[in-house]
Parts: sequence; C-alpha cells; structure tokens
Amino acid sequence: MKDGKRILLSGDEAIALAALDAGVALGTGYPGTPSTEILEHFSKIGGHAQWAPNEKVALEVAIGVAYANARALVTMKHVGLNVAADGFFTVAYTGVNGGLVLVSADDPGMASSQNEQDNRRYAVAAGVPMLEPSDSQEAYEFTLRAFEISERWQIPVLLRVTTRVCHSKTLVVRRDKPLSAPSPFFEHNRKGRVMIPSNARPAHRRLRAKLAEIAAFSESSDLNFETTPGANTDLGIVTSGISYQHSLEAAPDAGMLKLGLSYPLPIEKIRAFAARYKKCVVVEEGDPYIQDTLLAAGIKVVPRDEEFRFGELNVARVRCLLSGKDYTSPATPPGKPPALCTGCPHREVFSLLRDWDCIVSGDIGCYSLGVLPPFEAMDTCVCMGASIGTGLGLRHALPEKEAKRVVSVIGDSTFLHSGLTGIVEMVYNPPSTGHVVLILDNGTTAMTGLQEHPGTGRLLNGAPAAKVLPEDIVRAMGVELVGVCDPSADKEGFARHLRAYLDSGKLAVLIARHPCILSLAKQKKTSTGNTNG
Amino acid sequence: MAKTINVCIAGLGGQGVLTASDLVAEIAFRSELDVKKSEVHGMSQRGGSVNSDVRFGERVASPMISEGEADFLVVLDETQIEVNRHRLKPDGILIVPSSIPEGKLANPKSLNVALLGVLSKHLEFPESLWMAVLREFLPAKILAVNEESFRLGRL
Repeated sequence: MKDGKRILLSGDEAIALAALDAGVALGTGYPGTPSTEILEHFSKIGGHAQWAPNEKVALEVAIGVAYANARALVTMKHVGLNVAADGFFTVAYTGVNGGLVLVSADDPGMASSQNEQDNRRYAVAAGVPMLEPSDSQEAYEFTLRAFEISERWQIPVLLRVTTRVCHSKTLVVRRDKPLSAPSPFFEHNRKGRVMIPSNARPAHRRLRAKLAEIAAFSESSDLNFETTPGANTDLGIVTSGISYQHSLEAAPDAGMLKLGLSYPLPIEKIRAFAARYKKCVVVEEGDPYIQDTLLAAGIKVVPRDEEFRFGELNVARVRCLLSGKDYTSPATPPGKPPALCTGCPHREVFSLLRDWDCIVSGDIGCYSLGVLPPFEAMDTCVCMGASIGTGLGLRHALPEKEAKRVVSVIGDSTFLHSGLTGIVEMVYNPPSTGHVVLILDNGTTAMTGLQEHPGTGRLLNGAPAAKVLPEDIVRAMGVELVGVCDPSADKEGFARHLRAYLDSGKLAVLIARHPCILSLAKQKKTSTGNTNG
Repeated sequence: MAKTINVCIAGLGGQGVLTASDLVAEIAFRSELDVKKSEVHGMSQRGGSVNSDVRFGERVASPMISEGEADFLVVLDETQIEVNRHRLKPDGILIVPSSIPEGKLANPKSLNVALLGVLSKHLEFPESLWMAVLREFLPAKILAVNEESFRLGRL
C-alpha cells in the first residue's frame, strides 16, 4: 500500500467518490444521520447532487433518472426508507435501465435516531438485492459493484451501511478506471413500467426470476468470501458489514464467511461452510436476519442471545456473543446529554410552552431536545411530520379543556418534508376546539448539520434557488389564522400571538422565525471563505 | 510499530474533538500505517459528550476501541474525565486539560491542539510531520496560535 494511491475517507465520502467514478448523473436524497455527508461530498468533488423535500420524492426522481438510462444514487437514513418504501417496492417490479442504487444508512444503537430498525428486512420484503460494506474500501468498491449488478439485471440495488461504516475513516484505493457512463435515452416500455395489475402480475414473476439468477450469482461471487482459519479451529463465523471487522479481532483464528452480497444469501455456500465447523455462529448487528434465514434453511448455527438485538456490536460484545456467556451491558457513567444551544431561538418557544402547561405534540429535529430539562415541554415525538396528525388526534379525543392545550410543534425542514399533508388533514377534518401548529423556522436543517432545503432559498451547493414559504402554503390550504413572529427579537409579541391563537378556537399556524445561530456562523464563514479549526 | 495503538479523544460538542482525531489519523496515515478513525455525528454534537477513536498500526480491523483498551485517553473537558476513564487500559496514559500549565494557553479554543502536543511526546512521529499536518489542515487565521499551543503541549 505504499504506492501513494491510498486515501483516508469516511464510508460516506467513499460512496460519494464511487458515485463519481460510476458516472452517476444525479445524486438525490434527504439529510439524515449517518447518511448526510454522502451527497455533500459528492457535490464537493464535482457530482450533481440535490436535496429533495423528502426521501420518497428523492427516490421518485432517481427512478426517473434510471428510466432514462442514466445512473442515479439516492441516499437516506434508515427511517427515510419508510417514507420512500412505496416506490421502493414497485420499482423492484418495473426494474430500471440505468443503474439505481439506494443507500440506506442504518443507526444501530440510535446515536441520532428515533429507532434502530434493521433495513436488511426491506431488501427481503421488496425483493431488492443488497450489498453490505464493512469499511470505506468496500463502501467504495461495493457502490461500483452495486451499479454493475443494477445494470446487469436491470434491478434497483440496496447499499446498506451503518453508522460505524458511514462515519469511520479508513483507507481506500481508487479503481484505475471509472465506469463508462451510459447515454440517456427514452424508450416506450408501457408493459414494463406502468404497474396496472395486468402488467404488474408478470412483472412480479420477472422480479422473482431475476432474484433466482442473482441468488446463483451470490453462491459464486467474490463479494461473499472465506478467510483462512487458524489451525485446529472449531469455530466458524458467518458475518456481514461492520460485524466482520469486530469479529476479525474478537476471534482471529476462527474460520469466517464474510457476506458482502447479503440478499439473496448464498445459502448452499453457507451450508457447506457451516458443515466444516463443530460450532457455527452468525455475528450480525440488529435483527437476527441471517441467523433466522439459516435456521429456516436447516443450517445448524448456534442462536445468539436476544440481548445482541439491541445496540451496536463492538469487539468486546462479539467476544461475549461467541462465548455464549450471559451478556450484561457494563455500567458506564452517563455522559453529558445534548441540549439546545445557548442563544437558540427554540429556547423561548419551549419556555413558553412549559410555563403555559401545553400538551406538546412534537417532531423530529434539534427541537426534539425541548423534551429535556430545563424545558420538558414535549409530550410526543414519533416520526417526521407526526406532530400535526398526532396533535389533531389528541384534540379529537381529549375533553375540551385539555384539548385546548394541545399544540403541534414542527421545524421548517420537517414541515416541508411531511407536514403539508398534516395541514390538509387539519383543514379537512378540523377538531371542534380548533388547533394550533407552531412552525419553528430557523432557516436550515439544523440537527443533521445545517443542510439547505426548499425553504432556505439555496441549493445543496449554496447556489440561489426558489424559496418555498410555509406561510404561503398554509394560507393557500385554507388555514384561518396565519402569523409570522420572531420569538427572539419580540418575545412579548410572540407570546401574545400564541396566546391569542390558543384562545381563538380556530385553526391557526404560527411561524416562529429566527435563524439558527449555528447557521449564521456557517453563512459568515462561507462568505469570508474561512473555516474554523 | 507492529502493535495497534488506540487513542481515544473525548470532550464536549464544539471543543474540537473531531478536528483533533482527524489530525491524529492524518499523522498515522502519512506514516504509511493502517489507520481507522471512528466518530458519531448528529444529536450528540449539540453540546453533549462527544468522543472519537483513532487506531493505527500494521493492520487495524474494528474502527472502535473496546472498553479498557485505550492506550491514550485525551480529554478536553474536566467534566468528561470520569465519564471516559473506563475506556483507558490499566497502564494507559491519561491526558487532561491540567496537563497544560495554567494560564499559558494563548487561546482556550486551541486546547485540543495543545493536548495533541502532549500526546505527541508519547508517539514516535517526528515533530516536523505534526507541524506539516497542522499547516495543511488548519485555516491560516488560526494557525499561529495553534502552532504555539502544540509546542506548549510538547514541552
């Protein structure tokens, strides 16, 4: 590795570099930890990248690109695929012309997420082949391989990564030759692309036929390889993703079958591998997806303790998993919890909601921190956009006196992501006590690292863009009371405004508009061309 | 340097933990070693506890340092020492803000680089390499104060 070609990249950066080397025509997605840096880096190194309002729209745009015989990359965090799932299942039926690779960045252990769902289940459920890299080199290589598989079988491919692959920096050697980019064209293929039932039935059969071919490919592909075991070892390990790296250290002498193409699984290859060892164990983070598939196929593997479904693995936990010993999480001292920044405009809002004893239906973003002391002014937080629907449900069900205390609180980026249909619901099925929605508009997607969105007036790369204003949208939808107020510059005015809306019994949207203090610092830096050390 | 060296850097969001671990990873990278660096983004960066692991040697597999296996624990905030002490090997070396003589640091924001100066005394990399990496990675405006802080730590 002393050829001077190696580079130190995070998994996210490696995926971006591969997208560039794959001649990707468009990268699109919605910011979400730990996936955000992929598109940011792709743009930085010269790729065409854009933020979509949400993951579903991003995937739909990417599908269009791939139907036009160009290559598309679409990125999101694990929960983003829930939003994009509708299109995901059916694009598996239609297939693609140009390569379509969807990156799902999962967050086992929930460093910055509301759940730790294991999106490998999506590959199985939708019938979409899945690659799982274990470090940045594989993140780079597998992205290119994903495009090759996607075009060879004309099928979308899921590249499933996790926090420690996305945000770890490891060495990468780039391919000498990039893939040659296909020329975009349109060809009518109504039977293959228009999924009315009579077309979808044969499309489903075509999908299963492709998957059978890919399963045969998986049996012999170098994406699934065995390591050389130490002498006289009884232990065989079947593993994938980051768990492979932990296993290498936890059991250096064990025989190992490392799965890179983990759907469809190379069942016969695994069966032959497992038969050679006295004891065979699956080391995987999250759900026992591989383990359960092998057990169902009659392959003898020792089931792991249920405890390992929770949180991340590391070398120490893998040692416990392999030894079959009871695992109890070591009691480590708690760190300092995150908090709303000093000077954050959300602080005034949550102080007020706390002092007025509101029932706060919350949402996903920095402002979720309103749940922690000293505010403790958030009562629900489920998924992107849920603040509005859940708030309406509370208003419908609660006795009048309590219903009147319900407020939905949602951020600007989250509102554009999935708050719009909530407002439509509010106007269509208004609670008898009315409702109040607070849009905390700090002019950025703050929690994920200050990304642009359709309301900021800037594109992913900072260039000027059309600006979508939430007040225009909600007025057009027929909300009776719409106001905009700065909770930092005019505290009293903001409080008066909110009180009047709460007492009105009408449908009201109040936009608390004040820029994120971190975003102001970033803008200043960008304009002076300086960066902080 | 056949053995893998584990360096854990800890502090609070905004203190430059990730910048410090980037610098250490870059030093190891330029020394032709295998290197892996791990960190977590997102909610944890809003003023809460942040830590980042750097591992280097002939061949590194896991990017994360297991409990009690850090050779060096560099802590940027006094309140985070006890929170992270369990990560250190029994004979590991703890580097903390008080490792820098009181009142000598020109700018408190360069504490991260000053503590790297302390760390650098225990590692086999030449001072010239550290200085070259600082020059390349830090913005010109804050370079001088950071160079001074690094030397203070290395004293």
